[in-house]
Amino acid sequence: MAEFLQFAFSGLTVGAVYALVALGFTIIYNASDVVNFAQGEFVMIGGMATVFLTALGVPIPLAVVLAILGAVVVGLLLHRLAIEPARGASSVTLIIITIGASIFLRGLAQVVFDKQFHTLQPFSGDTPIVVGGASILPQSFWVMGGAVVIVVLLWAFFNHTLIGKAVLATSANRLAAKLVGINTGMIMSLAFALSAAIGAVAGVLVTPITLTSYEVGTLLALKGFAAAMLGGMGHPLGAVVGGLVVGLLEAFGAGYLSSDYKDAIAFVVILITLFVLPTGLFGRASVERV
Amino acid sequence: MTLKLTNLLGAAAVSVAALSMGALAASADTIKIGTVLSATGPASFLGDPEMKTLELYVKEINAAGGVDGNELELVAYDSGVDASKARTFATRLVEEDEVVAVVGGSTTGTTMAMIPVFEDAEIPFISLAGAVVIIDPVKKWVFKTPHTDRMACEKIFEDMQKRGISKVGMISGTGGFGKSMRDQCLDVAGNYDVEIIADETYGAKDSDMTPQLTNIKNTEGLEAVVNPGFGQGPAIVTRNYKQLGIDVPLYQSHGVASKSFIELAGDAAEGVRLPAAALLVADKLPDDDPQKSVVVGYKDKYEGATGEPVSTFGGHAYDGLMMLVEAIKRAGSADPAAIRDEIEKTSGFMGTAGVVNMSADDHLGLDLTAFRMLEVKNGDWTIAE
Repeated sequence: MAEFLQFAFSGLTVGAVYALVALGFTIIYNASDVVNFAQGEFVMIGGMATVFLTALGVPIPLAVVLAILGAVVVGLLLHRLAIEPARGASSVTLIIITIGASIFLRGLAQVVFDKQFHTLQPFSGDTPIVVGGASILPQSFWVMGGAVVIVVLLWAFFNHTLIGKAVLATSANRLAAKLVGINTGMIMSLAFALSAAIGAVAGVLVTPITLTSYEVGTLLALKGFAAAMLGGMGHPLGAVVGGLVVGLLEAFGAGYLSSDYKDAIAFVVILITLFVLPTGLFGRASVERV
Repeated sequence: MTLKLTNLLGAAAVSVAALSMGALAASADTIKIGTVLSATGPASFLGDPEMKTLELYVKEINAAGGVDGNELELVAYDSGVDASKARTFATRLVEEDEVVAVVGGSTTGTTMAMIPVFEDAEIPFISLAGAVVIIDPVKKWVFKTPHTDRMACEKIFEDMQKRGISKVGMISGTGGFGKSMRDQCLDVAGNYDVEIIADETYGAKDSDMTPQLTNIKNTEGLEAVVNPGFGQGPAIVTRNYKQLGIDVPLYQSHGVASKSFIELAGDAAEGVRLPAAALLVADKLPDDDPQKSVVVGYKDKYEGATGEPVSTFGGHAYDGLMMLVEAIKRAGSADPAAIRDEIEKTSGFMGTAGVVNMSADDHLGLDLTAFRMLEVKNGDWTIAE
């Protein structure tokens, strides 16, 4: 039982990060049909910028805010300089553009930051809390709690603000949204900024546990993508559930089966989803965009 | 001191040789030595300090009058981690630059790609890469300076034997380094009456090893854990180890023998043991340690010239270059075959990696004393023996 709980804690912590990355995918996908593979780089920027700002003597709370703002600026630039000029291109072209952007950002991070691994002090100490024989780090609660807060805020934003509803309208039907007077270009910028901010928050929260370096984004983007696929691309709740499921599968797989295949689990999830349930767990019955 | 003495002996030997041959001393030629290193790219943490070390010491040797009055010329190429590039540069060193010897090959991959070129051309080649396959089986023209992962395993198990530990869990990285060391450890464990009772792995970018460690923790009779690995993985393993409250000793490998490991692992690193080269604890060696003057000398020179902290990898390049220079002096000529014979006769050479005693069937020449068993105490390395 203790080991079951230990695996579950591990899975939920990692899964919460995947969920946040998957949410980032979802928001941009909804607003613009772009699958943004540079999503993991926002996580990297959040963590690395916080590390380097604190090293410069900036107090942690301010460093976190600045890092998130930095990621937002990068997100807006990504949209303005890379996605916007290619508007109307096929989605494959757009995906390739985001992969290029992610390689560019990794390269830039090697120059702006460095190639080493870094860590942050845990926010509330590193004395593990023992629950039912399993030990969990206080930082894990920060990660899971942070994910919950973000999901609640997003839900409120989409359902209770005019601008949130405008995003939903744009994702439902861009042309119709334009016709009723929604500035869809602005909505797309907003989606990139929002995704970048969520990614950066995830990066800040998880760095004390998983460490960070210029290249942590690659694998996170792939895992987050698997989570988003599993949940149903474009479905926010699906992204959260998908993230947690992928995280839990990895932890239980490594614990009960073999750790050799831990990284393969996310890819197996993508394949099975595509074969058995192409629209994902929460996806609407196939509405083919032609 | 030892170094100076061998220098003197070498110089004496050379003057005798020069008298009898009469050729070398008369004309001050340049001696061309080549190198191909991974100075940029993913293995630049190896190649960069190696390149800087070679450049630094070649300049210094020349400033001090060269090798018996002959200036050294370093022909250097950067191959990244690309094995086929390394092979191309190796061919260029042989055919265009006509070097008499080569010190280089940052990674096992680039080294193995270059070996056939130098074997064919009959040019002595001192590799700076880790794997044991480079010199086992022995190749006539190939030598290497760094200790092997097999020796790291032996050092760890030797220490365990002293502490009466026999039931050991392993958690290994799946990258080249971790995989190779895991195999070597499994291979030699029996020689030290050590039984591997748990064997887990983690991917290169895995960010949470608590599931694997939970399984190891729950293995009946566990007395210690070994973590062959490289990069950030071992730091996360160390943190997770503390999180789970596993209270048996944890051994890391020489792959994490740098200050950044202690920084990344934080408090969790306390009490962790690992085998490492003496260079890492140069200042902490007792004054009567025969290796002290060599490692402190290299450390001060490197850090003074580059402003960067010294690494064992640059030390491997220092060892290779110095061994080669002494061999050239002893040979009294720049003939590749003569140099090769003298490298093979290297004995009692004190390098940063330890005492080197080569022979026809040992082209590495290091023994287990090359490794020091270190323990992390109060956020710093201490010598555990």
